[in-house]
Amino acid sequence: MTFEPNEAQAAVAATARAYARERIAPTVRENDRSEKFPVQLIRGLGELGLLAVNVPAEHGGSEAGAAAAALSMMELAAVDASVAVIVGVTNMVAETIARYGSPEQKARHLPRLASGEYLAGAFGLSEPGAGSDPSALSTRAERRGDRWVLNGAKQWITSGDVAGVVVVWARTDPALGDGRGITAFLLQPGMPGFSVGRHEEKMGQRCSSTVALAFDGVELPDEARLGTIGQGLAIALSALDGGRIGIAAQATGTMRAAIDAARAYALERKTFGKPIAEHQAVAFMLADMATSHDAARLMTLRAAALKEAGASIGQAAAMAKLFASEASQRVVDAAVQIHGGYGYTEEYPVAKLYRDARVQRIYEGTSEIQRLVISRQLLRDA
Amino acid sequence: MDFQLTDEQRQVRDMCRDFAAKELAPNARRWDLNHEFPREAVKKLGELGLMGIAVPADLGGAGMDNISYALAMEEISRGCAGTGVIMSVSNSLYCDPVMKYGTDEQKKEFLVPYASGEKLGAYALTEPQSGSDAAEIKTTAVARGDEYVLDGSKNFITNGPQADTILVFAMTDKAKRHKGISAFLVPTDTKGFTRSKPDDKVGIRASGSCSLYFEGCAIPKRYRLGAEGDGFKIAMGTLDGGRIGIASQALGIARAGYELALAYAKERKAFGQPISQFQAIQFMLADMATELDAARLLVWRAAALKDKGVRHSTESAMAKLYASEMAERVTSKGIQIHGGYGYIKEYDAERHWRDSRITEIYEGTSEIQRLVISSGVLKD
Repeated sequence: MTFEPNEAQAAVAATARAYARERIAPTVRENDRSEKFPVQLIRGLGELGLLAVNVPAEHGGSEAGAAAAALSMMELAAVDASVAVIVGVTNMVAETIARYGSPEQKARHLPRLASGEYLAGAFGLSEPGAGSDPSALSTRAERRGDRWVLNGAKQWITSGDVAGVVVVWARTDPALGDGRGITAFLLQPGMPGFSVGRHEEKMGQRCSSTVALAFDGVELPDEARLGTIGQGLAIALSALDGGRIGIAAQATGTMRAAIDAARAYALERKTFGKPIAEHQAVAFMLADMATSHDAARLMTLRAAALKEAGASIGQAAAMAKLFASEASQRVVDAAVQIHGGYGYTEEYPVAKLYRDARVQRIYEGTSEIQRLVISRQLLRDA
Repeated sequence: MDFQLTDEQRQVRDMCRDFAAKELAPNARRWDLNHEFPREAVKKLGELGLMGIAVPADLGGAGMDNISYALAMEEISRGCAGTGVIMSVSNSLYCDPVMKYGTDEQKKEFLVPYASGEKLGAYALTEPQSGSDAAEIKTTAVARGDEYVLDGSKNFITNGPQADTILVFAMTDKAKRHKGISAFLVPTDTKGFTRSKPDDKVGIRASGSCSLYFEGCAIPKRYRLGAEGDGFKIAMGTLDGGRIGIASQALGIARAGYELALAYAKERKAFGQPISQFQAIQFMLADMATELDAARLLVWRAAALKDKGVRHSTESAMAKLYASEMAERVTSKGIQIHGGYGYIKEYDAERHWRDSRITEIYEGTSEIQRLVISSGVLKD
């Protein structure tokens, strides 16, 4: 058993770390304030191969594996969770197309996703009335000859307004009221009837854009279908398994940022004649934070290693996501506490970490959905 | 990165799982109730090489790595937590330091029969007035001719009632504080050595602990382990390894509690369905399973670092802190899932909870682990 990245994985992490520190760090505060999508940063990440880390090289990916993708995500998130989530969703969409796409779809979309030409990929599953329970979605795709006509709406779509390609899930067989009647399609901006709706103003992860999408008679050729008819839900769930490793990695990165900030502050700030780091109440908070971080990192990398081995990852990914996001919440809270009043101001980085962390327990499956996934599996195994 | 067990590690785990199911689990409740030392089971553990897992085969052990040790500790403790700590003390706190610091002559006398399970070892650092602050020990060892004479007392010594030899830490030079501590191998048939009745403990009642008394207890100089003044270093380094053992014990206890609760939830009905169909119960089980996995990864990481021979104080402390507190939470939820049945001795849920509690205390309390971790974090 070895818990350290190999040389190739470490190299990907080092690339991400250097870019995050040199290029992303100076933009963090302004991008958070302006909510401006970081176009230049995404292009730069594309040049470094970090938008399609676990995608075959023949399609423009880095082909570095799932563990390298998770390590890269940790490094980006340790500097800015907003950039990390944009990159995470793009990676997830690229992996999904690489796995289920036709040769034409792969040739068309993957090099553009990988290079940053597309700026982002988007994942159009959630709807105003269907979040945790995607099999209840109501967007409709009707077959007309060799074409499909899409009507409906999507909600909370990360990068939905900037993405070069959006995977959209729609019901193709309304007779089947459950997941079996759902099919996935690849949409592109500019298609007649496809419009971007409301841009959400979020409490955190603000330079990642989150929008509603509307489909009003969008006509698609059958070549835009991803996978087979009725395979949609299976594609979505398998993509989310991988996506959860990405969010777990993001939460791990957030924890590291919070620990670094709290540690630095605790060594410098003095009360009662000594640095607060020398008070056990503060030192022990740091000990718990570091322990949570390490456990989350191991859970995340284990799930990634299982994914690389081609094993079933539903349980391990859900555990990693649940553990890391819940731990991240506690760790950012402790970091604010260590900063006292300063932690409540935007002058210090921990306020943003606190805001950014909150959504980690919600998106790509709430903590409750993770517990559902985990408990179903363990009751089945028992 | 590789999270897979080797074939050899799997075999050790399976062998211990099998042994625990046959020899330990069926007796664990009785040993607990009677405060009974599992003499036969311990003898068999020795025959299987489990009393000195990481000790080379030519010195009486099984010659395996520390991941194997962690696996064995988890499985044995799942069957009986008290047996788990008897084994952990033998491996981590006795055999490990004797192997690392002993002379060839000492290994022959004080390691071979202990690693093979013929005899039992113990580790005596804690005193009535010095637990977490080990540098404050009062027991003295005065050199006199070719002997040392020990005076003082020790407290809460696991395996103390049964041990044949005890690794005792005593002050040889008070002025030097912790640098004046030395380690000694004291056979329990030495004149001037006596022990109290076994302690009446909340949990891990199959394992015995007691106080030790040294009154003009003279041992030959060749029974000193390491150089004079090396005691504190030996004691602390040994505890780093011991923490892996206790963290693994906590894993085993938690797993026993979790598996019992899972089985009970599938069987017990309320409002017309098994309680495992209620989210309130399902989500408790999900959290229990998740925390167990997180703890196991921390334990294995620390064990892998020990196998590599690199410093692992922070990682062992993290494993011990998280696994022990996890075990208390998991076994407490196990009681909750059992309802009233969790509170009576007819079911094992309450025993697992009682057994878990000590893992947050011995071989460094949770507070000492946080001290170790925070000094590591602040130093980096």
